Amino acid sequence: MRLHTSLRTAFRALLRNKLRSLLTALGIIIGVAAVIAMVGIGNGAKKQVEDQVAAMGDNALMVFSGSSSRGGMSGGFGSAGTLTLEDAFAIKREIPGVQGVTPEVEGNARISSGNQNWFTRLNGVDADYFSIRMWSFTHGGPFEERDVKTSAKVAVIGKTTALEIFGSEEEALGKIVRVRNVPFTIIGVLAPKGASFFGRDQDDTLVVPYTSAMKRVLGVKTIPRITVSVERGKSVAMVVEQVSNLISQRHRLPGDREPDFTIRTQEELANMATATSKTMTTLLGFVASISLIVGGIGIMNIMLVSVTERTREIGIRLAIGARGSDILVQFLIEAVTLSLLGGLIGIGLAFLAAAIIMQLSPMPVYITAGPVVYSFAFSAAVGILFGFYPARKAASLDPIEALRYE
Amino acid sequence: MTPIIELEDLCKTYASGEEPVHAVRGVSLTILQGEFVAVMGTSGSGKSTLMNILGCLDRPSSGSYLLDGIQVSSLNRDQLSDLRNRKIGFVFQNFNLLARTSAVENVELPMLYRRNPLSAAEQRKKALQSLEMVGIGKRAGHTPNQLSGGQQQRVAIARSLINDPVLLLADEPTGNLDSRTSCEILGIFQRLNDQGITILMVTHEPEVANHAKRIIVMRDGKILTDTQVQNRLQAADELKNLPTETVS
Ligand SMILES: Nc1ncnc2c1ncn2[C@@H]1O[C@H](COP(=O)(O)OP(=O)(O)OP(=O)(O)O)[C@@H](O)[C@H]1O
Ligand SMILES: [Mg+2]
Repeated sequence: MRLHTSLRTAFRALLRNKLRSLLTALGIIIGVAAVIAMVGIGNGAKKQVEDQVAAMGDNALMVFSGSSSRGGMSGGFGSAGTLTLEDAFAIKREIPGVQGVTPEVEGNARISSGNQNWFTRLNGVDADYFSIRMWSFTHGGPFEERDVKTSAKVAVIGKTTALEIFGSEEEALGKIVRVRNVPFTIIGVLAPKGASFFGRDQDDTLVVPYTSAMKRVLGVKTIPRITVSVERGKSVAMVVEQVSNLISQRHRLPGDREPDFTIRTQEELANMATATSKTMTTLLGFVASISLIVGGIGIMNIMLVSVTERTREIGIRLAIGARGSDILVQFLIEAVTLSLLGGLIGIGLAFLAAAIIMQLSPMPVYITAGPVVYSFAFSAAVGILFGFYPARKAASLDPIEALRYE
Repeated sequence: MTPIIELEDLCKTYASGEEPVHAVRGVSLTILQGEFVAVMGTSGSGKSTLMNILGCLDRPSSGSYLLDGIQVSSLNRDQLSDLRNRKIGFVFQNFNLLARTSAVENVELPMLYRRNPLSAAEQRKKALQSLEMVGIGKRAGHTPNQLSGGQQQRVAIARSLINDPVLLLADEPTGNLDSRTSCEILGIFQRLNDQGITILMVTHEPEVANHAKRIIVMRDGKILTDTQVQNRLQAADELKNLPTETVS
């Protein structure tokens, strides 16, 4: 039988039961759409991280308190309390090629203004912080070295926090917020940055001089983190080495002891974040693939029903000279057409879902050719795989018994 | 005349039930080209079983079957399919047309399975000619459920002839039809036979059988009698005598 004749026959058979065909393909539709959308979301997250690295510069590095082998990233860097302000000053003083250094302390704090309350993240940093993180302002500006020296009660507010408490960014400027009952005057509103590598909203923050944060609010003496930026053109690796040596020396660590601090470059942090999102993407893609297989089983089920229903038709075709292979191809084409059609609709649905997700949430969805091609090919394979058994069954029917079938 | 069918001690035993059923037990028979044979016999005498073997739908348990000089018992499944496609036309009691498929497409069906298919346009032309020949050209676009039994049987005959077979096998082709329609179908058979097609037809009605040239009567899987028809009926003449109705 000619291929286009087989195709026409298959299409006709499928169109005869439009609703059933659609429902049968639904498993594949959902599977394909899920695979593409999931991988798209994963890629979106990865791309966001890459964009952030690009925006923040690859010249930053962070020194965390505590060793990397104990607790590590998931245990939360910086909880060990081994870094001091003196370490930060020493880095600034002694290491050449360092552009900016800021100690960072942080804590969760309820802040209020009038009868508005909000639970946010309080960051205590040096004046260098804003240039290191390339963070600009929509209103007002940063605090200065003098404010840090005097533990001034001034603050810079993130967009999210500003909106929650004051309703708008303009409103926030010049207002007073109470942080654990300490009043701070808002002198700047930060430009929005979106989610961090690890999914936290970076705009939900209140940034104050580290001196004010440590003395007036958090009451801590050690710092969990020091962020350092390296001058353009200087080797980040070299600075990492020098910082490491300096702090080891300062902490009087013998060479064979594990350091009580951890240094991570911006790039390493980004890689860790992408690794996490990659694992997530793989996992989600895998789960979605299972629904493709379930879709394939649905196709097999309906094809088996179809073969039984059309036993007589098969008998007639065999009687007038169809070979077993003709029947096999006919039913196989039907199954593959179902799964490919499902695949196509699924691809369309994935793009639609991506558009809706991006409309309704800040989550970027980035659909690449890979998963589209992969899931389409996979749905074709599913059609062949799960269509084969019913098609074989149809092809091996005995013509006389098939003709007699009621 | 060349023999179309040569059977030598043909047997068919079904082993399905408690004890084996000997449906055909030792049939030897020769049918020459251009013959029109009616097969009669009581129910269960093995007529359909014999027809299925002759039509290459089934294989004999033993014995030899030569169809147009080809030893059928040695062929595989695909070769039997090809043989059915090129050499044999089937007409069934219950028509066996594809539902929801137009008459002309039903007629085209055997051409789709040819090893050397014609172009779509040629297929369509041939199918329409074939429908015209059985007097139903105007209904080419109708589906089986829009056609009467007689009309459906005409479509089935048009389909059976489409690949120019050497043998037309009809198992009770008039079994579901009234006498006038039966007469019309027999008229078509007689005309085709006059054109040289060999026909084998199973029937229970002596009236119908008398339209053939030769009658074989079976009993218990064997041939009981094998006679030439003396006073052969001509369907064309009968139709003239029947009260005139508009045909199809
Ligand atoms: N598939 C089968 N399995 C077992 N026995 C069968 C099978 N097909 C036919 N038979 C038996 O073979 C015998 C002959 O059956 P067949 O259908 O050839 O009779 P027939 O002459 O065509 O009868 P009828 O005039 O009623 O159509 C019967 O006894 C029947 O029960
Ligand atoms: Mg019978």
